[in-house]
Amino acid sequence: MQGPTKLLENEDNWVTDMGAWFPAERVVFRGKDLFRELGDLPWMGLLLYGITGRVPDEKQIRLFDAMWVLCTSYPDPRLWNNRVAALAGTARSTALLALGAANAVSEASLYGRRPGIRAIDFLLRAKQQLDQGVDLKRVVALELEKHKRIYGYGRPVTDQDERIVPLLTFAATLGFSDGVYVGLAFAVEEILLARPKPLHMNIAIVLAALAADQGLTPHEYYRFMALSFSAGMTACHVDAMQKPEGTLFPLSCKRLAYCGAPRRVWESV
Amino acid sequence: MNESREVIHSRIWEETPEADNPFAAAACYCSGYDVYGDLLGKASWVEYLYLLFKRERPEPFQAALLETLAVALANPGPREASVHAAMSGGVGGSTHASCLMAALAVGAGQYGGAHEVALAVACWQACGQDSTKWRDALRHPAQEERADIWPAMEHPPGFDPHGASCATPVRQTLDALARCHAAGALGWLQTHRESLEASAGCPLAMSGVAAAAMHDLGLDADQAEMLYLLLRLPGAAVHALEQREYGWRRFPFFANGLRLTNDPGPVGEI
Repeated sequence: MQGPTKLLENEDNWVTDMGAWFPAERVVFRGKDLFRELGDLPWMGLLLYGITGRVPDEKQIRLFDAMWVLCTSYPDPRLWNNRVAALAGTARSTALLALGAANAVSEASLYGRRPGIRAIDFLLRAKQQLDQGVDLKRVVALELEKHKRIYGYGRPVTDQDERIVPLLTFAATLGFSDGVYVGLAFAVEEILLARPKPLHMNIAIVLAALAADQGLTPHEYYRFMALSFSAGMTACHVDAMQKPEGTLFPLSCKRLAYCGAPRRVWESV
Repeated sequence: MNESREVIHSRIWEETPEADNPFAAAACYCSGYDVYGDLLGKASWVEYLYLLFKRERPEPFQAALLETLAVALANPGPREASVHAAMSGGVGGSTHASCLMAALAVGAGQYGGAHEVALAVACWQACGQDSTKWRDALRHPAQEERADIWPAMEHPPGFDPHGASCATPVRQTLDALARCHAAGALGWLQTHRESLEASAGCPLAMSGVAAAAMHDLGLDADQAEMLYLLLRLPGAAVHALEQREYGWRRFPFFANGLRLTNDPGPVGEI
């Protein structure tokens, strides 16, 4: 038993190189003065610096900004995470409760953060295996055998992902559309399309590939994408707030399809 | 009604509408029981909670077990991270919901939190009451090769990595729960606690006791995770309210508690 040694060491003693506030004076953010050294950075640049400790260059900031703009914020309240924000609006809850809950919900298995981190993780592991001389078809087969699926390929509603072309078109203007990981993502798709049940790539693998080409680790990429749905969610909250309260997709009693235990009485013991 | 309309499928809840308003329920049935026409005044809070999760009325020992567990978990105390989070909301005058969301977010984790309970329940499902399986699981936990939203566990689930010995409230809770139901995981845990602690290299934690109780209640890992999140909220709520009342001046800020290792110092004018 190690006991409370680490707790005793850390009581009133948080040792960090992440940053600190010096009241009425200055703020240090990862070793730099926020006002004097990071003040010109766009917010996306500061976010990435906070996550990675590396200041992104202008082209990288434009790429990462486009990843959010083109791929993540659909103001459609039918989408499950957006629906949380819209329901908060129709129920007249606050904007930040709406955004906080909707963003938390975005850490989902079917969409959002889990497919994202799993997609970049696959690409990095696949590249490692390729570098060791393993054939890509074998890499794909092993992944499917072991984990049943490859995140970033296949889509529940439709085969075609409308976001891929606009994103890669924009990435091309920056010279980022033909990186090693983007190429790998397409090579994997080629293999998956040749299978009996063809699987098209979806935006998750393209976003992950672009991030991997910029040197992000899986957890850096996951954190970078954390708030990426916020613009669409906010719009959904605004929309619902502007309509009469309670009117977003109301469900009448008959819309519950019950298939449980039959009617019964709670007998007093 | 247009029959082709989408519906919410449920094995839990049924409603019949009022004659004058299809959106107002005249009666609500939970697993067949009329909630407002029959259950009210008859079923206790924990009996109803059990019914919601299990879709069956609990046996008396199950109700007693859940009642005891609910009391044990209701307030982790203001030093605990999830309650600390709720108080951090309360002291700044944040919305009450955000205080509870803060408690849920922090209390969802793998150090004393709900995901740890889920993992510990999974251990019960995998190891049952087999000492050898438990020893292997605690000494050689399975590792996920892929990155995930959840970080890797840093200690055996259900045990306290910073503990010196099994804390008195943990032992008292285990004893009280085992008195409700001695035959299952709880009784076995009582008997084998010290050998499990030796394998884990650290003492049993409240999360581990909760997991055993959840397993004895027949809850799976997901249900256990949800219930643990729910049951710990009362303490978060009241402590958030209390600190809101005391105000920020009387709440620890740790003014001298942070040491920056890479301070560049003042770097000139803006």
